[in-house]
Amino acid sequence: MTAAAQTLNIIGLAREVYKGSPTTLCAGCGHNSITNHLIKALYEYGVPPHRLAKMSGIGCSSKTPAYFVDQAHGFNGLHGRMPSAATGAKLANRELMVVGISGDGDTASIGLGQYCHTIRRNVDMTYIVENNGVYGLTKGQFSATADVGSTLKHGGINTFSTIDVCGLAIELGATFVARSFSGDGKQLVPLLEAAFAHRGTAILDVVSPCVTFNDHEGSTKSYAYVKEHDVLVNAPDFIRAGEEIVVDYEPGTVQEVELDDGSHLLLRKLEREYDATDRLGALRTIHESRTRGELVTGLLFVSGDEPDLCERERMPARPLRDYAEGDLRLDRATFAKVAGGA
Amino acid sequence: MGNKAVNDFTIRVATVNGSGSQSSNLVLTNAIFRLGVPVAPKNVFPSNIEGLPTWYDIRATARGYRCRTRTIDLLVALNTATWTQDVASVRSGGAIVHESTYPVAGLTLREDIAYYAVPFTELAKAHVKDGAMRKYLTNMIYVGVLAELLRIPEATMEAALGAQFKSKPKAAAANLEAVRVGSAYAREHLASLENIAIEPMTGATDEMFFIDGNRAAALGCVMGGCTVSAWYPITPASSLCESFIALCEKYRVDAVTGERKYAIVQAEDELAAIGMIIGAGWAGARAMTATSGPGISLMAEYVGYASFAEIPAVIFDVQRVGPSTGLPTRTMQGDLSFTYTLGHGDTKHPVLLPGTVEEIYEDGMAALDLAERMQCPVFVLSDLDLGMNSWLTKPFAFPEKPFDRGKILRAEDLSAHPDWGRYRDVDGDGIPYRTLPGTEHPAAGYFTRGTGHDEEAKYSENPVVWLRNLDRLARKHDTARTLVPQPQCDEAGNAIGILAYGSTHHAVVEARDLLREAGLETDYIRVRALPLAAEVAAFIDRHETVYVVEQNRDGQLFGILRNELRPEQIARLRSIRHYNGVSIDASAIVDPLLESRRELAHAGGARS
Repeated sequence: MTAAAQTLNIIGLAREVYKGSPTTLCAGCGHNSITNHLIKALYEYGVPPHRLAKMSGIGCSSKTPAYFVDQAHGFNGLHGRMPSAATGAKLANRELMVVGISGDGDTASIGLGQYCHTIRRNVDMTYIVENNGVYGLTKGQFSATADVGSTLKHGGINTFSTIDVCGLAIELGATFVARSFSGDGKQLVPLLEAAFAHRGTAILDVVSPCVTFNDHEGSTKSYAYVKEHDVLVNAPDFIRAGEEIVVDYEPGTVQEVELDDGSHLLLRKLEREYDATDRLGALRTIHESRTRGELVTGLLFVSGDEPDLCERERMPARPLRDYAEGDLRLDRATFAKVAGGA
Repeated sequence: MGNKAVNDFTIRVATVNGSGSQSSNLVLTNAIFRLGVPVAPKNVFPSNIEGLPTWYDIRATARGYRCRTRTIDLLVALNTATWTQDVASVRSGGAIVHESTYPVAGLTLREDIAYYAVPFTELAKAHVKDGAMRKYLTNMIYVGVLAELLRIPEATMEAALGAQFKSKPKAAAANLEAVRVGSAYAREHLASLENIAIEPMTGATDEMFFIDGNRAAALGCVMGGCTVSAWYPITPASSLCESFIALCEKYRVDAVTGERKYAIVQAEDELAAIGMIIGAGWAGARAMTATSGPGISLMAEYVGYASFAEIPAVIFDVQRVGPSTGLPTRTMQGDLSFTYTLGHGDTKHPVLLPGTVEEIYEDGMAALDLAERMQCPVFVLSDLDLGMNSWLTKPFAFPEKPFDRGKILRAEDLSAHPDWGRYRDVDGDGIPYRTLPGTEHPAAGYFTRGTGHDEEAKYSENPVVWLRNLDRLARKHDTARTLVPQPQCDEAGNAIGILAYGSTHHAVVEARDLLREAGLETDYIRVRALPLAAEVAAFIDRHETVYVVEQNRDGQLFGILRNELRPEQIARLRSIRHYNGVSIDASAIVDPLLESRRELAHAGGARS
């Protein structure tokens, strides 16, 4: 029994339960790694499958909700319009744990408006941008997150300024912004768990190389480029609520962040002083490192005291979808006052 | 000088937009109503906040007609910019109350009408000390002038003012003062009105009340259990969602905790508004949005998605005049064929076609039921005329039936049917079963997608699977024919039939009376929804000629009928269309219909 118990998570489910259909993406695609890290994070966090709502738009990234937690409901919506559907689902049933998977085209081009407004509203969801800087399904056009000067596989240089989805999110008042790399599970898994624990929109920009269209020399989203230019601002450890913090560290070397569900994220400071609660500092770091050609990763910004959309709207704890005639209709006397007859 | 019109006349108030004449016109309307005389107000306003011409027609009609009329009996002229055209709009034998400084000469001097010059500006200066209020109270002075000319008792005016300024007794008093100024002036200086009169009536307006269609729709949403709404402001639909907000704020907030049993989001655009309500519908809440033509254009992609992925959504389209930005403050039935097949590929949706404010209320509830029963987007087509004008109506009925949540499998159902398929047609009606996210059962989840899918919601490009799904969706659409509101018929075995829908109804009612007076009896069928009920074809079969009346240039319902009917049925149809932006009146039906009868007679008599 002990051996069996070790393979189950905190809510008694095996890791198998968190898997989905086999992937149909290219072998070596960064998105597949993200899916695996996501499976691990969902399993470790102990997300009940029925509470999970997997939302996505259109593109390679948006296919991935089919590849994890088969038992959960999935919603593969329209290009750039996942955030609105996710918002509606959350309003209908605030008990849902909403995980949205998007790509750089889906978020930074066609879906930029919905991305911005979802952040403004602080919709309680985990929003993952699987960012490869290229349109894969339509065979290799630049996306708006491509860096200036990066090249297409078959020629063509991007001369337009890049949209940094993390910098933009922080500017818009986002309450949780992190960046990671599909190849760095050690960093990504705790960040994902922290995103689940956060109440509000948690943005995770995950650079995810496209092995078919954007993994060449001249790309800034290739495996080689990211490995060489990845600068970690902090290394996260996720400590679930109730668990004792037993990590040994020198005073001043760790930033401790308390998350909304009572869990903690320990951010080990790396090569520089970085304060993940300093909005302006985060913006400066993102901007300066981009100028240097670096890719900063880690928890870039977090703020725990902003109400999410459901709180702002003063919604009851009970999901709206469960209200019935008696709760929602006017009584006869009130009705007569409004609809004639009184 | 013309016939005397008793309880059958139209007052036209011509003013400048932004001058605050709305309250004055509502008070006048309400006063006539309080004398027991049915009254139908129509606001013809510009797309502008201040400065452009605006007209407000108040039609008093003993027979209870609700449509616009071209016959203006009494003009209140307070806009110098439209003075010449306004004078021309008055019927022979009518009267004009005008600002005394306006020139009455040349084109504006007519021998066949009576002029009542009133120094409105001077009276306002003399009697209204508060400069900020002067503009508004000037308008109440014309109300007083008309009240005196029409012999409306002061007690009635007082009651109407009280109703208009319910929560502001101070404003009511100030306005009553202004009304008295106007009445006193008329009493001392103006001759009595000869050809227009009000006589109190009994029985015609008992229990009735005024409501605009947008508020009626909002009330339908409250009683229909809508909990999520997302919208983007657009004329003439904004006041629908604003009314929903107002009703929810008043009646759906917990007095103790302040918690709201609703969530309403003003979205960044219509793309997001529709996405939010589809997300909410998918997750099991009753959700609606309201918009007009341009918003429908933006919603096309998600509506097509929801139709194919089979997700409930209710969309109110308060139609305005297109194409493009068109005439945003004018009315049209322009979105019928657009909404019916909104989306690319083989897509069609149920479209409800209310003709009265009462039906908008009923259809609001019906649409929320139907969307969940059918698992698809449902349109409710209102228009600016229905949505933004005040309509006199009998009280609405309290809904006795519970919500119809449709085919939803709960956790306990899934234990009995763990092998259920999301898109399987179990009952032969084309409508599958669904589960809601959050259902605690290992078999509950499925993957909702806009891509090709099989009965288990798995991705499929298989031609056989695709065809089977499309044919099931067609079967489901056919199921809707019996579930949507059914046509309303008024038949007495006549050879000639009239077919109409939506707000056109009110002009048809008057047109049939006028045709009867001209010796032509007609039958009438009012289509209440798409897809067409079987009764529509049956009605056409029973008639020699059926005139399809609608408010658009291209005959959109006529086109849908031609698609769905047999050739011999199509041969019986004639199209009558009205599309100048102002709401249809009876003569827009009577004139072309009689002309058509003459042509048919000339061509060799009635068809056998």
